[in-house]
Formats: sequence, C-alpha cells, structure tokens
Amino acid sequence: MADSVKPRRSFPGPINKFEWVGVAVVLIPALATLGNLSWINSTAVGVPLALFSLFIPLAAGYVCKFTPLDRSVLWRTLLTHVMAAQVLSFLWTLVAGPFARALSYIPQFRGLDKQFSSDLWIVYVTGSLVYLMSIAFQYVVIAQKAAKAVELRAVETSMLARDAELRALRAQINPHFLFNSLNSISALTSIDPARAREMCLLLADFLRLTLGMGEKHVIRFSEELDLLEKFMAIEKVRFGERLQMEENIQEAAKRCQIPALLLQPLLENAVSHGIASMADGGWIRLQAEVQDGRLGIMVENDRDDEAPPRRKSGVGLKNVRSRLEARYGKDATFRIEPSEDRFRVSITLPAEYGENT
Amino acid sequence: MSKASRKLRTLIVDDEELARQVLRELLCEHGEIEIVAECKNGLETVKAVAEHKPDLLFLDVQMPKLTGFDVLELIGSEISVIFVTAFDEYAMKAFEVHAVDYLLKPVGKERLAAALQRVKVHSHGSRPNPAELSAASRPAGQFAERLVVKDGTRVTLIPVAKLDYAEAQDDYVALASEGKKHLKQQTIASLEAALDPKQFVRVHRSYVVNLERVTRIEPYLKDSRVAVLSSGVRLPVSRAGYARLQALLNERS
Repeated sequence: MADSVKPRRSFPGPINKFEWVGVAVVLIPALATLGNLSWINSTAVGVPLALFSLFIPLAAGYVCKFTPLDRSVLWRTLLTHVMAAQVLSFLWTLVAGPFARALSYIPQFRGLDKQFSSDLWIVYVTGSLVYLMSIAFQYVVIAQKAAKAVELRAVETSMLARDAELRALRAQINPHFLFNSLNSISALTSIDPARAREMCLLLADFLRLTLGMGEKHVIRFSEELDLLEKFMAIEKVRFGERLQMEENIQEAAKRCQIPALLLQPLLENAVSHGIASMADGGWIRLQAEVQDGRLGIMVENDRDDEAPPRRKSGVGLKNVRSRLEARYGKDATFRIEPSEDRFRVSITLPAEYGENT
Repeated sequence: MSKASRKLRTLIVDDEELARQVLRELLCEHGEIEIVAECKNGLETVKAVAEHKPDLLFLDVQMPKLTGFDVLELIGSEISVIFVTAFDEYAMKAFEVHAVDYLLKPVGKERLAAALQRVKVHSHGSRPNPAELSAASRPAGQFAERLVVKDGTRVTLIPVAKLDYAEAQDDYVALASEGKKHLKQQTIASLEAALDPKQFVRVHRSYVVNLERVTRIEPYLKDSRVAVLSSGVRLPVSRAGYARLQALLNERS
C-alpha cells in the first residue's frame, strides 16, 4: 500500500506526437517570409525538419530534469540552458544543410540548397525558440508533479499518523494486561473483596480514559499522567512490592500538550519487559522537564539482561517513534539507550502549551 | 496398588502472588491434591522439583529468569504439567498442537477440574517432548536466543552466540561453550532445529557447529574433512556436512 503512494520517478514530461506541427507552423512562414525560399520550397524543407525537431523537447526534458529550478543556482541554470539551446539548435542546422542538398537533386527543387544556405540562421533561431518553449513546458509539468508528490506525502503522513494511532489504541487494551488484571481481581474477590472492588474501578477508569483519549490528538501532559497513574496502580496490585515507581515531573511540563497515549506504551513496555522479568522486581523512573522551549521526557526501567526473550518486543516503541515522526517530523527526537541493567527511552519535542483545554 | 489413593503432590509456579493464591484456593476443593510448594520463578522451580519430587506442576509461561518452557526442558517429561497463561498466541498454539493441558487466566473452577481429570487419566500416557514443545511455541523464523542446561540443581544459561559447537552423545548433547562442556538431555536433531540455520551447521551426524568459530576446513583422509575452530578444536566434517557448509557460505557471501 505504501508503495502506491510514493511519487513515481519516470520520464520527464510527455512529448506530444503533434508537436512537430507547431514547429512547422513557425518554421515554414519564417523561412518563406524572412528568407529566400518560396512557400513551396519552405514547406518542402520545413515539414521534415519539423518532424526531426522532436529531439529538441526530448533533450530539453532531460536537461530540465537534471537542472531542477528549486535546487540549482540561477546563473548556472541559465548558462546550462543557453548552452543546451546552442548545441541543439546547431545540431538541427547541421541536419538541415545535407537535407536541403538531398532535396535539390529532385528537379523541381534544383538550387534549393544554395538559396537555403543563407537561411540557416532562421532554422537556428527557430530551434532556440523550440527549446525555450520546451523547457517552459517541462518546468510546468515538473512543478505540477512536485505539487502532486507533496500532496501525496501529506496524505501519506496523515495516514501513517492515523495508522499509528489505531495501532497504539489497539495495543492499549493489551490482552495480556487485561487478562492478568482480571486474574488478580478474581484472586482478590475472596482474599480481599474491598481491594477487588477497588481494582475493578481502577480498571474501568483506565479503560474509559483510554477510549476517551482515542478521539483527541493532543492532550495535556497532566491528563496523560492521570492515565499513567491508573495504569501503574493496576500493575502495582499485580506485582506488589516488585514494582517501584519514581516520578519526577516539572510543573511546567505538566502544562505541555503531547500526543494522546504517547507515554502509556512506554510504561507498559517498562513493566512487561523490565519489572516482569525481574524476580526481585525493580524501579521505573519517569522524568519530564521543559528546557529552552523543548519538552524532554525520559522513561527508564531496571531490567535483567538474562531474562528470557519476550515476544513482540519493540512494537510499542516503534509505534511511539512513528507517531512522533508523523506529528513532529524532525522536530522531535526519540532515543533508546539499553544498558546491561537499565533500559531508557528519551524523547524531546517542542514544548507547546496550546489553549487552556 | 496403593498408588491410586496417594495424593497428587503438586507444585504451583507463578511469579505473581495473587495468581498463586487463586490457584491454591481453587485447588483446596480437590482433596486429592497436596500442594507441596509454591515457586516464584523458574530457578526456584528446578530446585523445588529436585527436592519435592512432585507429580504435578502448574506452570506459568512468562516468568523472570526462565520461562515455563525452559523449566519443562530442564525437569524432563516425568512430571505432569498444566501450563497457565494469560494470553500468548504462540504458546496456546503449541499447547494445542502437542495436546498439552493448559489453563487461561483468569482460571475458572470447571476448566481446572477438567484439566485435573485429564491428568489423572493420562498420568502415564505420552508426554510431549519438551524441546519440541518449546520450538512449537516460537513464531516461525524465530530461533532460540539461549540454551538452558541443568547440572544437578545448578542452571546455566548459554546465549547461542557463545555456543561453539554441540556434540551428540547417546541421548544427550554436549554443548561446548567458553571452554566448558554442558550435558543436556536432548537429541542433536531437535537442537539443530532450535538454532538459527544461518549461524549453525550440522557438519556431521554428531556435530553442529557455530559458523563464526570455524577458521578453516582441512582435508582429512580420503573423502572426509575436518573443521578447525578458533579454539583449536578439530571436528569431523562429513560429505553431506561439507555440502551444507559450502551452501551456507555461498549464501552468505
């Protein structure tokens, strides 16, 4: 699917089969009125020459392709085209001479080559004109293509963003998390009914918040924090003392706008790949601060490097990365720093405060 | 025999306390079950199995240190095992394929009773090969990242990158890694199947070698060759093994 939206790189601009007619319409009257040839002789020379002129727009297409207007220095572009025009017009005139000579062997056109030899400058000027028209036409076509490619890329980006969002949402209601939570509730119903109820409420709150956030693109950091606290409270019931959390969030950071559900997958990752793999448990650290107009977020967890490999690892992280890319492009950074006993994800993005939503 | 009246000595293995509690509570209703121990991770389980000699294991799949599959490989197939998992598509598929009993979390009374019933009926029936089950639980194209070996109650984890070669010895394979050899009850064929075929080659009926360790191949006698490893060890290479080796090297370059 992604392939079909990529801009195609093909032959630069179309060559119209009837382009030669246009050339003939200019060339023949020019020869007849400005030069020594009669109208009939002009037509006899002009039509085949016009047919042959197709190589000029063809060559112009290539020259344009390799001299894009937006990425070249102006004087160099001009120089390139002037030189190309000279060379191509000269080639065209070169063809014209022998051609006229060939024609003059036919009795009706006897002497045509002699009359014509002083008119070669007309062919030369017409050739330059044809070249000029061709590049103008090519540049318009190229610009149109570029515009279409930009449009396609915009569509692609928004599709990616939507896709990432959907996938993130689906990952949100992680079946493993859900079934394990239900199992915890099931255990608590007889051991500690009050806590079982509390856990039901936490789970309901978490699911409600998650579903609500799916409709928003950006939310306040503090809203995401609420969701994270619910999530951690649920996991804390499951893991007990094994799960320790340290939060260090600057007040300014809490007011920033961030993509909804950006951090939840990171925390879920920290729990399922970090804490769950440690027999004696460990710490998860969440930090956020605003510095020089940028919001920096870090999620770090302890881990056991001898832990059994878990399947599906990295899907959550990939989602977060692609969402950041889709929304901020190069304006956001995403870094993964694994070490033997730690796993750290750092994100920076522009600090946006938005309206007081 | 008196065996029928004997209680089923049972071990509960799960890293989550609540998950163990709910199982313990549900098992209370079954008089024939005697819970001899609870374990929080795979290493504890291997020790507890040696110590208590249980008849039945409730085994969580995802745990710290060793997975349920690792544990099964280490304790052999003498003990009845009922796997417990919250959600693991691949593990569930493997259980289905090998007709292994498993329970899904949250665990319900009826399912548990049915699983226990099956254990009692099939207690000495055929049991799945642990290595095959473990292999079946891996998604296609994914290979073992480490091997687990037990020496007494000591468990050693060998990352596959550190495995030099493996040698078949009757029902065992000897895994050579960092100058030591570890014996494991497994066939060399099933070990070969668990390893990445781009890195490990069966050079001989009895040998699988880590391609990264091979420094050169020397002719030896008529029609046969030896592989010289970086450690200086020389392994026999059969004609078929040499062909496999060449095919792999061609593929790589």
